[in-house]
Formats: sequence, C-alpha cells, structure tokens
Amino acid sequence: MTELLGIPPQVLFGQVLLGLINGAFYAVLSLGLAVIFGLLNIINFAHGALYMTGAFVAWFLLSYLGLGYWWALLLSPVIVGALGMVLERTLLKRIANLDHLYGLLLTFGLALIIQGLFRNYFGSSGQPYQIPPLLAGGHNLGFMFLPNYRAWVVAASLVVCLGTWFVIERTKLGSYLRAATENPVMVQAFGIDVPRMVTLTYGFGVALAAFAGVLAAPIYQVSPQMGADLIIVVFAVVVIGGMGSILGSIVTGFGLGIVEGLTKVFYPEASSTVIFIVMAIVLLIKPAGLFGRAA
Amino acid sequence: MAAAASPIPSAQRALEVRDLHAWYGESHVLHGMAFDVREGEVVTLLGRNGAGKTTTLKSIMGIVRQRQGEILFGGQNLVSLSSNKIARMGIALCPEERAIFASLNVRENLLLPPEVREGGMRLETIFELFPNLAERLASQGTKLSGGEQQMLAIARILRTGARFLLLDEPTEGLAPVIVQQIGRTIRRLKSEGFTIVLVEQNFRFAATVADRHFIVEHGQVVDMIPNDEIGHRQDTLHEYLGV
Repeated sequence: MTELLGIPPQVLFGQVLLGLINGAFYAVLSLGLAVIFGLLNIINFAHGALYMTGAFVAWFLLSYLGLGYWWALLLSPVIVGALGMVLERTLLKRIANLDHLYGLLLTFGLALIIQGLFRNYFGSSGQPYQIPPLLAGGHNLGFMFLPNYRAWVVAASLVVCLGTWFVIERTKLGSYLRAATENPVMVQAFGIDVPRMVTLTYGFGVALAAFAGVLAAPIYQVSPQMGADLIIVVFAVVVIGGMGSILGSIVTGFGLGIVEGLTKVFYPEASSTVIFIVMAIVLLIKPAGLFGRAA
Repeated sequence: MAAAASPIPSAQRALEVRDLHAWYGESHVLHGMAFDVREGEVVTLLGRNGAGKTTTLKSIMGIVRQRQGEILFGGQNLVSLSSNKIARMGIALCPEERAIFASLNVRENLLLPPEVREGGMRLETIFELFPNLAERLASQGTKLSGGEQQMLAIARILRTGARFLLLDEPTEGLAPVIVQQIGRTIRRLKSEGFTIVLVEQNFRFAATVADRHFIVEHGQVVDMIPNDEIGHRQDTLHEYLGV
C-alpha cells in the first residue's frame, strides 16, 4: 500500500486510533471534572483516584462476585458515584465557599489516601482484566486492523459525552445546572434544592470517572497508579478546553488524543509533552481556554 | 411606631414580621423590623440606601440565613426554613440585580423556576403583559435591554404560581415608559389578588401602586403612611428619605 507522508498507513491510522482511545479517556474524565468544577467550583484532584477505584470495583465484581464486564459497566459508576456523594456530603460541602486552593488540597489529599489504600492491599503491580468475549477480536479495514474493544471504547465514550452534553445544554435539568453554576443562591430561591443538586452532580461527575475506569480495565492493567498517571494530562485538557466548559472538555479531549497519537508518528520524542506545549500556547493566546468564558 | 401597632385581623394577614434581626457576618443590619401585610395588598418599604429594605426582602425569602425573630406566613415561622422551602410555600423574589442567567436564553430563563403552586401564569398571558419578551425568546438573557431584563425577571416569578411577591426596586434605572409599564403590571397583579411587598426609592412611583408605605430607617420600621395620606405628609416623607 502507498505511504502517506512517508508513513505506512497501518502505522499512521494505528496511532490515530490509539490517540482516539486516549482521547476518549481524556474526554470522559475531563467532562466529569468540568461538570464538578462548573457547579461546585472545586478542582477535583481525587478524580484520577476515583477513576482507578472504578476499575478496581470492576475487578472486585469479577473476582469476588463473578459479575463480568457488562455488569461492572453498570454497577461500578453507581457504587463509585455513591462513594462520591458521601465524600461531597461529609467533606467537600464544608469547604464549598472557600478559596479553590482548599478544594484542591482536600481532593489531592483524598487522592493520596485512596491510592495509598489500594497500593497497601494490592501493591504497585496491576491486576489483569479480560476483554469481554463479545468484544474480542477485530476487523481488518484494509488500511488498518481495528480491535473491536478499542472501537467500542471510542463509541461508548462518544455516546456518554454527547449524552451528557445534551442533558446539560438541552434539557430542563441542564438549565438548572447551568443557572446554579452562575447564581446558586437565586436558583435555590426559585424552589430548587441546590445542595441536593450539588451532591448528585458530584456523584455523576465521579460516576463518569468510574465509567472510564471500567472501560480502561481491559486495555491497561488495573493498578493503583493508573489514575495518577492520567490525571495531570486530563487537567491540561480541562485547562485547554476552558475550565467548566462541557463542549470544551469533549472536543479538546478527543482532539488532543489525536494530536498526541500523530506526534507519536512524526516526532515520538515530543509525544509525552505535546499536550503541555499546546496548553502553554493556548494559555498565552486565550487564557480562558478554547471554549471558556473570560471571568 | 405606627407600623408595629397596625391592627390587622389575623385572618386577613398574609405576612407578619415581628422583631426581625438579621446579620451579614458580624454586621447587624436589621434591628427589630416589624410590619404586616394584608392579603391582596401592595405595601412598599421606603427608605434611604442602606436602611435595610433589601435585607428585609432577602430575610423573608431565606437568602439571608443569619436572622432571628418571626416571619409568619401561612401559619409558619419562615425563620428556620431554607429559601427553596420558602419558595415552595408560594413566595417569590424578584431581586434588585434581576439575576438573569447569562448562560440561558430568554425562554430558558422564563421556564427555569418550577411551578411551586398551581395557577402559575401561562406564557400567553405573560406575553400579553410583556410583548417584548415574545420577540426575544431565543436571545441570551443578558443581551436584553435593562427594561426587558426587568420584565423577564418579573415574568419569571409569575410563572411559579407564587401569590406573594417581593419586588426589589423594579423601576431602578429604567426609562419612564418602562416604569409606567411596570406600574400597570403591578396594578393588574393587585387586581388579580396578588400580595406584593415592594422596595422602592421612587416614592412617586410607589404612591401610584401601593396601599401603605412603611418607612425603614436603621434596620427597623419607623413609620407607616397609608397611601391616601401621602399627599398630606409629603414633608415628613421628604425628611425620611432625604429628598
């Protein structure tokens, strides 16, 4: 087959696919962060740890209860979301009106505790998690080989991201969320229970992280460190997209995943730093991020 | 203290505020506020800037949480309730800053508050009252003119079904023609049985819509002037308001 820009198409499209998969995780995780930041004004550093918890819950469900991947995809977000709501009610609520720094410190501490607990019990090495039989194998598209599970990850992430965007931008519930982001006091004075909405939103945000964790379990090993490795990049994605911007998180997540994949093809040495270079450039040109509103 | 002594049979009383104190942090703002409002009445709170008028409305609505005393509405003391529960009892606030949400368009702003009571005003009736809004439904809320934003803020609380309205300086900074339109709307609401507490600095406007005026100074009511006496008591009023 002819080469594209001097690169065999299998290599080029393979890296684009890998980039899309990474982008899918970036998008789902940064979407959760954006939802949480928008309403709670908290930079949730525990997000990576809760993503890892989601993957571990999938592993527990399989190892101890015999419940496979599809059950985990449903149950893990519910369980981790409930854990998130407990964290919000017992800890985050107390710092709701304080400076961002307090939220950042508290959630960073929580992340260290959660990761430490898992590392204490499971060590640093990962636990294996099998691809579900329904999604095993792949298809040869001619220009590249497409593993079914990886295609599923991209499709499922897209559906979840677009579904979340639709709910927030096009429904009554979403208008409550957007309005409460601007002026929670007034929204509450209209008869809406804003504290409950905040708790449910945090629960939903971390449920998204757990969902991403279950998606990741068969691709990466289920390890206590998996969230910490990803979260810094995800924060860069959130900053580039615009803090609190839903659409920004989705577009930037997938977009930067592809940029990262292409960098691996054309200049591999820069592949781990390209996102941060993009972040620096965007912050210089548009400090509020690509889709963010200037304060 | 004419206001505190105003004898209204409890059956006719929509709201009674007794010895209300409120604080912003360490700052003591209301010092024993007391007044009452009859069913279907329009009353104003008149006073200079910083007298405590807006704080009174926010305390009734539960937005100012540091408060003591009694705010009796529908047989319940509102002082211990959060603002969402107070709203669900049928009280609605139209704040001075209007609180139009920039991320919502006019339609979304209008439809945002849930209908807390049956009988919320239908959109057709709202557009009859404020025709400008019907033409701007897809516009971003904060792109409207000041007058249109005020109409939207009032329209929004009419949709809730609340029959007890707190209007904080609805005419502030508006063109005379819009002030007249707001005045017509308040009179229409009164004729339909709404009870309204209006905070105003423009007493000439207040005199065109209200039944009674409570004068607020230093966080308490210091006088009550029935609207039919306002003509005879202009000098007193000027002294209170410093105009």
